[in-house]
Amino acid sequence: MKLFLSADAVAKALGVEDVAAALEAEARARGMALELIRVGSRGMAWLEPLAEVERDGVRHAFGPITVADVPALLDGALAGHGPTEDIPFLASQTRLTFARVGVIDPLSLADYEAHGGLVGLRKALADPAAIVQTVIDSGLRGRGGAGFPTGIKWQTVAAAGAGRKYIVCNADEGDSGTFADRMLIEGDPFSLIEGMAIAGLGVGAETGFIYIRSEYPDAIATLTRAVEIAREAGLLGGDVLGSGRGFDIEIREGAGAYVCGEETSLLNSLEGKRGVVRAKPPLPALEGLFGKPTVVNNVISLATVPVIFEKGPEHYASFGLGRSKGTMPLQIAGNVRFGGLYETAFGLPLGEIVERIAGGTRTGRAVKAVQVGGPLGAYFAPQQFDTPFGYEEFDGAGGLIGHAGIVVFDDSTDMLAQARFAFEFCAVESCGKCTPCRVGAVRGVEVIDRMAAGEDMRDLVEDLCETMRDGSLCALGGFTPYPVLSALTRFPDDFAPHKEAAE
Amino acid sequence: MPDTAPSAAAISAEIAAELHREGPLLPILHRLQKRFGHVPETAVPLIAEALNIGRAEVHGVMSFYHDFRAVPAGRHVVKICRAEACQAVGGVALAEAALAALGTEWHGTTAGGAVTVEPVYCLGLCANGPAAMVDGRPMAAATAEKLVAEVSA
Repeated sequence: MKLFLSADAVAKALGVEDVAAALEAEARARGMALELIRVGSRGMAWLEPLAEVERDGVRHAFGPITVADVPALLDGALAGHGPTEDIPFLASQTRLTFARVGVIDPLSLADYEAHGGLVGLRKALADPAAIVQTVIDSGLRGRGGAGFPTGIKWQTVAAAGAGRKYIVCNADEGDSGTFADRMLIEGDPFSLIEGMAIAGLGVGAETGFIYIRSEYPDAIATLTRAVEIAREAGLLGGDVLGSGRGFDIEIREGAGAYVCGEETSLLNSLEGKRGVVRAKPPLPALEGLFGKPTVVNNVISLATVPVIFEKGPEHYASFGLGRSKGTMPLQIAGNVRFGGLYETAFGLPLGEIVERIAGGTRTGRAVKAVQVGGPLGAYFAPQQFDTPFGYEEFDGAGGLIGHAGIVVFDDSTDMLAQARFAFEFCAVESCGKCTPCRVGAVRGVEVIDRMAAGEDMRDLVEDLCETMRDGSLCALGGFTPYPVLSALTRFPDDFAPHKEAAE
Repeated sequence: MPDTAPSAAAISAEIAAELHREGPLLPILHRLQKRFGHVPETAVPLIAEALNIGRAEVHGVMSFYHDFRAVPAGRHVVKICRAEACQAVGGVALAEAALAALGTEWHGTTAGGAVTVEPVYCLGLCANGPAAMVDGRPMAAATAEKLVAEVSA
């Protein structure tokens, strides 16, 4: 029997290693030939740990799988979900960046190549001078949250003289509700390595750093091994795939500071300093790591580069909506029936994502609010569910898509508590460099507490948020007003003075 | 058990192993903490000397990051996610129940040094919350009972 078993952190966090051990033991006891292949996650979180049995070349899904299910699974008697790729959640996606995740053995370079891997890098090597223009033509924008055109950033670094330059991958995925970087790294790490190599060739950098958060031990282990394998295979090192060009990658572990997901804090952290924000300008593209021109891109931006070269920039740009080209790996999280990773072209209305794809709340109660874009993203109310998923569209609706985390809350949620948490989080994670963020967040918690006690402090909260938004150096202080003000204006009943009297 | 009172020579050997890197301070601190369970105070002047920076700068970097400890943690470290996606599925109640069951506070260590409990802001298990981590191993669909059982084993 050929069996694929998820080794994603989610599966491990749900006990998949016990299932794997039971499978091996049971197969041995039966004298049965079992080919067990560990893969990343298909992204259907409610089916994890997911096992897939291959029959006539088609994988059939079983999950969530427990140790008790093992004998029936090997008997072929366990009830399943049919062919994995026919499950509506998966069948309705457009997987470009995540095409291989959950499908291949993440640490098999042969498997990677058999599924289109390295085609992009070979094309890029054939015409290095066209690399930057290809990325510009694809319309790819930074998937970390800011949405800056990736190709334009590369062009700036490429034009910045001939000295030492760096490619820095931001894998400090700290936003609650996001796990795309983690899943990609655990399920298809070579795509990130290939994307970074193309970036290095394109801008003239020979050194890459991946800054990955310490909260992701499984991803760090997979990535560390993948870089070693890539080096042994000549994909990294002094002579990338025999091209005569050099590129190598070093992995650096973060240390639990959310603000280091901000690119200039990240650069300071890599240099061995406190992760405080730098004022811009100078842009990191001109004066970045150790003062040298530096590309700083998110994991998903870089891991999308290979497929752009493999299938052509026009193919990638043919997906999407307006200036939001291509696909976005949505991360559906929180209180939902069907959570997980859903890669699709930009443009889906938020309500369709929440109601149809996610199936509403896990608790079965009405949806009250949806926070999009992490702890600095706005809370959307169901009245805004017609907003199409795109950078400009969400901006126009008073929010942001960020790294595309979508966190659903049911009607038991107290939005005043959520606003308080937004300030509290900012206070805990502020780097302390600028006053609006450092002091404003603390005052914000105090003001919300007074509102909870019945005082009408609405004007003061709005004034404080204006100061933080306009006066902060980076998005931590600058965007904390999004969750606070969206909660305040869209859910005013939760902030009503003396609300206990009204109940 | 890690050696919680290492000699200067042992510390210096760990520092030297990371000096070949560009910007080696975080790798040094991680390495010391992995080896000794914390970053001993006696390491600060040794790091400062090795990197030719001030002791205050080493202290400043170390204290900036949530991960680094100046004193050893309990025998088990439980991290419970406090972030929004876990809040949406009972994360606050989980944390309260776990802290009550273990008899400690955030950042506290239980009597006898058995368990240290810390908040964490997202473990990337956001569709399977509430999430926690015990001694570096992630736990999804966490309950106070599961957490207590894990550290009692």
